[in-house]
Amino acid sequence: MSHDFDRARPGNGGWIGRSVPRVEDDRLLRGNGRYVDDIALPGAVEAAFLRSPHAHARIESVDVTAALAAPGVVAVWTGDDVADLPAMLNKEELRTPPGLAELLDPVVRMTPMPLLAREKVLYVGQPVAVVLAENRYLAEDALELVEVRYAPLPVLVDPEHALTPDAPLLHEDLADNTAVAVATRVGDPEAAFAGAHAVVSEQFDAHRYVASPIETRAISAQVDPYSGRLTVWSGTQTPHRLRDAIAHTLGLESATVHVIAADVGGGFGQKGILYVEELLVPHAARRLGRPVLWREDRNENLTASSHAREQIHRIELAADAEGRLIAVRDRITVNFGAYNMTGLVVPYNSLCHLLGPYRVPNVHIDVVGVLTNTTFATPYRGAGRPETVFAMERAMDRLAAELGIEPEELRARNLVRPDEMPYATGLVDRSGRPQSYDSGDFPELLRRAVAKADVERVRAQQREGARDGKRVGIGFAMYIEATGLGPFETARIDIAPSGRVRLAIGAPSQGQGHRTSMAQIAADAIGVPLDAIDVVGGDTEATPFGVGTIASRALVNAGNATHRAGRLVREKIVEAAARRLGVAADGLDLSDGVVHAKEPGGPSISLTELAGKAPLPGTPEPTDGRHGTEISETVHFRPPGFAVASGAHAAVVEVDENTGEIEILHYVVVHDAGNIVNPMIAEGQVTGGIAQGIGGALYEEMVYGPDGQPRTGTYMDYLVPTSSEIPDLDMDEIFTPSPMNDLGVKGLGEGGAIAPQAVLAGAVEDALRPFDVVVRRGPLSPSRVRALIRTAART
Amino acid sequence: MKPTSFDYTAPNTVGEAVSLLADEEREAKVVAGGQSLIPMLSMRLARPELLVDITRIPELGRLHVDESGNLRIGAAVRQAHAAADNAVRDGWPLLAAAIGHIGHPQIRNRGTVCGSLAHHDPAAELPTAALALDARFVITGPRGTRTVLAEDFFVATFSTAVDADELLTEVVFPPPPAHHGWAFEELTRRHGDFATVGVAVVLERDTAAGTVRTARVVFCGAGPVPVRLPAAEDALVGSDAGEQARAAAARAVLAGLTPSDDVHATAEYRREGAAHLLVHACTTAWERC
Repeated sequence: MSHDFDRARPGNGGWIGRSVPRVEDDRLLRGNGRYVDDIALPGAVEAAFLRSPHAHARIESVDVTAALAAPGVVAVWTGDDVADLPAMLNKEELRTPPGLAELLDPVVRMTPMPLLAREKVLYVGQPVAVVLAENRYLAEDALELVEVRYAPLPVLVDPEHALTPDAPLLHEDLADNTAVAVATRVGDPEAAFAGAHAVVSEQFDAHRYVASPIETRAISAQVDPYSGRLTVWSGTQTPHRLRDAIAHTLGLESATVHVIAADVGGGFGQKGILYVEELLVPHAARRLGRPVLWREDRNENLTASSHAREQIHRIELAADAEGRLIAVRDRITVNFGAYNMTGLVVPYNSLCHLLGPYRVPNVHIDVVGVLTNTTFATPYRGAGRPETVFAMERAMDRLAAELGIEPEELRARNLVRPDEMPYATGLVDRSGRPQSYDSGDFPELLRRAVAKADVERVRAQQREGARDGKRVGIGFAMYIEATGLGPFETARIDIAPSGRVRLAIGAPSQGQGHRTSMAQIAADAIGVPLDAIDVVGGDTEATPFGVGTIASRALVNAGNATHRAGRLVREKIVEAAARRLGVAADGLDLSDGVVHAKEPGGPSISLTELAGKAPLPGTPEPTDGRHGTEISETVHFRPPGFAVASGAHAAVVEVDENTGEIEILHYVVVHDAGNIVNPMIAEGQVTGGIAQGIGGALYEEMVYGPDGQPRTGTYMDYLVPTSSEIPDLDMDEIFTPSPMNDLGVKGLGEGGAIAPQAVLAGAVEDALRPFDVVVRRGPLSPSRVRALIRTAART
Repeated sequence: MKPTSFDYTAPNTVGEAVSLLADEEREAKVVAGGQSLIPMLSMRLARPELLVDITRIPELGRLHVDESGNLRIGAAVRQAHAAADNAVRDGWPLLAAAIGHIGHPQIRNRGTVCGSLAHHDPAAELPTAALALDARFVITGPRGTRTVLAEDFFVATFSTAVDADELLTEVVFPPPPAHHGWAFEELTRRHGDFATVGVAVVLERDTAAGTVRTARVVFCGAGPVPVRLPAAEDALVGSDAGEQARAAAARAVLAGLTPSDDVHATAEYRREGAAHLLVHACTTAWERC
């Protein structure tokens, strides 16, 4: 890969913008990571969950007598045993922002989830009982002895079927199986469609797939005998929310619960929500008076941790004779699975990212989230955007074909221009404010992607026809991503007596390298070397307030909180040094950990010396009582609006028409995430996102049978791409700094995952142009590609 | 995903192993490389009371060519060992090639040739290679030792001629015909996966006539056992393995192969893919003759 990532970026000490090697890696590569399972708690019991084998059934009886008598069993609990604990709601995610409520009046129905199922089970994998035993082996032995009698009920897997009037109800207190519904309009779409030169009307389906973090979920909990407080280690992406939920569920003060997200092996959104296991394990630790550990196995992760992506888009584009979009209509059906876990998050993200980088004057989008007897769906890297970009970009390709315009040209004609920034779409954003694109240069993204992908060469190869049945094709996809979701994030900086800097942020890391990138920001903001800084993330003791690492928000929120806290700390250091040195503060500068006079030859003092010693005799005491050993600042950064990242992907593929196999010959990504803190980390983030996107485009699908049984519950059947399946990426970037924050940064954790499904579908469809196929869903398995060709050949 | 409780023992002789397997008091299972058995234990799909580890039985670790020119591979010989062996690569290159398609190096380093055969996943490479190469299976049990032909060995998915109280001690590959060519090809979703569908072809050349004297065509991923397709073989025998003969063989596949649907591919895809692979494999095999 060739990059010019290492160019200088804005930054006081020059740390921001450098590909500093990750300070995490030495420890992790030597096997010194501390994941939940590595944290040994003497005397711990292990939990194992009995999960429903039925997609929809009434529980007639549960008998735990034999299980209780099994060797090593400490306790066996059913729904009745924990009925005194409130059912679980992901409250924060289910909250409708006031602006959104006022303007669009969305329907959001609550479906509290019992910690263990009592009357009914609603999906295969739902926890019905928990066994606590001396180890996991014995716990699983006892699981086999729990006798549950189920009376099966009719099963709903298809969300459109679940909306029909005669469909059975999952939640009998609701009028139907609708979990959320929201609609929005801009302009006069009906008139625009009536007067359109060209209309494309299609159905595109985003298929269900899952996050597959390399570390499955895990939680351990212990009541500390010394303090009496509850300490919880979890792989969560949102430790503060988990702390509050545990406290609420167990009837405790939040301050008596300490949640630590130590090393975490990938989250991708799957660990960004609350699960019943995370409440039951702390409950068990308190009730049993012993530490309790639960670690999810891979089968549980695939079938009972949150799923994602399944959406049906009935989309229509209207264009004038030049191919300019005059209206978009889309009815989006989102398969929520059995519980409404995260409300509007995914459906509304799909809604407000559908238009992407394009100018569309008339819009009607209707979204409904539907409850079905499948595992609940929640945000997964991209969170509604890959799905909506798949639909929109596929529709753009169909419109290009309809009008006889090259797909990249059609896109170019519709892009919002840089001189239109900030650009108001007419929609309402996810926070309930008028949606505005703060910055970006979409034409430049596309221009670079087109140039790199070498469209002309592909077209020339296509004119030569198939070689050995192999046909090349090219696809494009563009997206925007509103990043940096609020409401806030915390950074606290303390200067230790040794002069070392301790930075605590609310957002934990699941592998994103916060200890490096946040230290780079702090080093520049304060004026100290990188190795003088220690970063703590995801510990509710270190920062009592925080939100978490989700929604491409950590760099924007925690990064800017760090920057501001760093600048404030810097001011205090300089003031303390001025007092110590007896000079005016405005004559001093702080760099590389030394406060020195701006004029050459003037006095200087190192931060170590300043922080470590009591004030020198004769030095006036600061009137506010502060002195060098107590330099500390806490900042809560609240973003005023979204920082809009964007990207253009292009792919050249070769499709073997005989075998249906797809080879990615060239994958181009041009992205814009504003200012880049650590180019190497940024490249890793984009690359990882694309790898997961390619997984979804070509390999991964969580398949359910009509009986609601998952058919891809192991890695034999659920195919995650390995390094062999991911091509080298041809990466480029532009920088349009966000005006929404001091650092000018935008989130980039999710971006890579947004476009691959769309771009690969477009490229395959382009390769198969002679067969006139339309790619309406993925993953593009060889079998599915052959079916497209076969069907085309028959008609 | 934790196995039920089991005992473990590692005998030093075949006799000891067989008597452990024949003990009616305890349900025993043979383990060598563990590449299939261990996941099945973890998922509790297999629940033996005793694992009999045969990797410490010296005679089972042997791979050699006997005085009659047969390749003999003992039950504890790892796949990587067999694939790297010069005698195998020179004399039975199809076998080495088939092993190259199994999983990843870590899997081949642990997995044994006989373990994959005795486990018998019909989508796996080795059962198909064994049938294509007309292998013999030496089975020892309380009733003595017997030899079973490849066509009788594979009974159904995960089921072979080896009874619960018996041990597959050795697989024997007869010397291939003097003038022969081979090919092993498969379609997979990802590098290292079990075949969606695959084919092994062995063509024997009549050097005087320049035609195919004998042909063996065997598919994996096409049924509950490795599927030998005589109609495809007949289309090739006596021909010059040219375009017409290959097309006729492919038609025989489309007409005669009855694979199933699963989450990875439809039956129709497998049938078409098998026909396509066969055409290519015949070309390769004939070029190697």
